Amino acid sequence: MSTIIRLEHLKKDYAVGKDAITALNDINLEIEAGEVFGIIGASGAGKSTLVRCLNFLEKPTEGHVYFEDRDLAKLNTKELNVARQSISMIFQQFNLLMQRSVLRNVMFPMEIARVPKEERKKRAMELLELVGLSDKAKVYPAQLSGGQKQRVAIARALANNPKVLLCDEATSALDPTTTREVLELLKNINQKLGITIVIITHEMMVIESICNRVAIIADSRIAEIGPVKEIFARPSTEAGRKLVYPDGDRNIHFGSRRCIRIVFDGRSSFEPVIANMILDCKVPVNIIYANTKNINGTATGEMVLQLSDDEKDYEKVFAYLKARNLTVEEVRNYV
Amino acid sequence: MFDKIIINMIVEGFWDSIYMTLVSTVFAYLIGLPLGIILVVTDKDGVKPMVWLNRGLGVIINILRSVPFLILLITIIPFTRWVTGTSIGTTATIVPLVVAAAPFIARVVESSLKEVDKGVIEAAQSMGTSTFQLIYKVLLPESLPSLVVGAALAVTTILSYSALAGFTGGGGLGDIAIRYGYNRYQTDIMLVTVALLVVIVQVLQEAGMKLAKVCDKRRR
Ligand SMILES: Nc1ncnc2c1ncn2[C@@H]1O[C@H](COP(=O)(O)OP(=O)(O)OP(=O)(O)O)[C@@H](O)[C@H]1O
Ligand SMILES: [Mg+2]
Repeated sequence: MSTIIRLEHLKKDYAVGKDAITALNDINLEIEAGEVFGIIGASGAGKSTLVRCLNFLEKPTEGHVYFEDRDLAKLNTKELNVARQSISMIFQQFNLLMQRSVLRNVMFPMEIARVPKEERKKRAMELLELVGLSDKAKVYPAQLSGGQKQRVAIARALANNPKVLLCDEATSALDPTTTREVLELLKNINQKLGITIVIITHEMMVIESICNRVAIIADSRIAEIGPVKEIFARPSTEAGRKLVYPDGDRNIHFGSRRCIRIVFDGRSSFEPVIANMILDCKVPVNIIYANTKNINGTATGEMVLQLSDDEKDYEKVFAYLKARNLTVEEVRNYV
Repeated sequence: MFDKIIINMIVEGFWDSIYMTLVSTVFAYLIGLPLGIILVVTDKDGVKPMVWLNRGLGVIINILRSVPFLILLITIIPFTRWVTGTSIGTTATIVPLVVAAAPFIARVVESSLKEVDKGVIEAAQSMGTSTFQLIYKVLLPESLPSLVVGAALAVTTILSYSALAGFTGGGGLGDIAIRYGYNRYQTDIMLVTVALLVVIVQVLQEAGMKLAKVCDKRRR
């Protein structure tokens, strides 16, 4: 796979009065052509700023944004406008033109790109077909539901055959069912049309259901980056853990006895590992905490077991789990 | 009640008023609309910020708007004469009307265009629209209902200004009202002309609101 978007030492400061606040700091990132890349982080982490730098809606204070190896900062206005036709964007608030019918909304980017009129209309109808809204062509956006509006926005974003589709909280204004439908549509678009998708969200569910790789952004920086399965199975930073186990009730006190944490990364969680372990090792365990999730069809998650203080028991269990390729670690101050 | 001469005079005054108002509105929009667009586009939060141009224009507009119309009417008489060759009559009145209304319209247009959702503008920019395309494909069409309401406001304001032009022999219903009602105490004539002015304002305002409603697609 080739890199389609590359960020180098990206920094963005906003002037607030006389001060400058840093919304992004030293962001380095490569997005591969054809992947679905997720960016997740808490509110105010800098996600929107980051995605807006990708099409230069926001000019970075420092650093570079390369789109297909071209430095966006080196393009003049005209060239940038042409490049933007290859980097589409959809928004949380849909941002449709309220005075234009659905069909003419989808035709809008093609007008900008000076596509001939008959072709515009033909392609717009095809796109409405793709998003399942052919019957709404003549309707105005005010008459559509949120999910329908986002579908129109997606159709519009695809009009000029973009290579990348940026989604800034595209499903955050939608209910869970509609969110799932829209994500399904995006997945389809990625698979059928090969369009690279960058998804900004603060919802784990979004990342889990369609992203290949994810970057966790916290305090203006990338805290963790990697394949979704790995990051979600083994969040290695505080920011990551907070996101992956938001309700990871760590407030229970377990006394003086020792605990272990087992991480399931999708290879063996369907087997009754724990049950077999107990039968094999003949040790009593106490399940303190368990949280497994279905990520892209395989189950991942973590489990915390409480063991007796017997050193032999502990070693037996440890060896058994290690032999099954599970990540096991001792948790001492599980508070 | 009135003899034929007076009736003819009132009818003529009516058409003079309509003529002055509409022609002035058209010319005032030819100047005010672009100015309003420039105000919005060059604003510091606009799509092409140009702070000095924006401020300079703002100051000029504010100055023109704060001069009372009657003073403006009189002070620009030399300019009016230079443009139309005369300083009295309906055509001569159009000049001060345009000068007074254009800055007002610029502000009305400005406030309409500023109602356009920032997100929509941003979406258009993300598609690679040039500033020019953004103006005529996004800003103007998206604010059309508001622009129409603004136009109704502008046209009625111009009509009332035109009535003031009666003081310098500008013609139209206002002129008649002043000459007969104010100078000669013929209250009946004055009442009729004022009533006509009220009717015109009412009709223009209603028409504007109807039109705005028809072109507003934001309704469910
Ligand atoms: N135009 C601006 N001027 C000043 N500060 C800004 C501006 N835009 C964003 N910021 C600040 O930059 C930081 C990052 O904002 P950003 O919108 O990127 O966060 P986010 O991760 O998208 O949050 P959310 O999930 O709430 O959308 C915040 O502290 C925000 O206040
Ligand atoms: Mg945001």
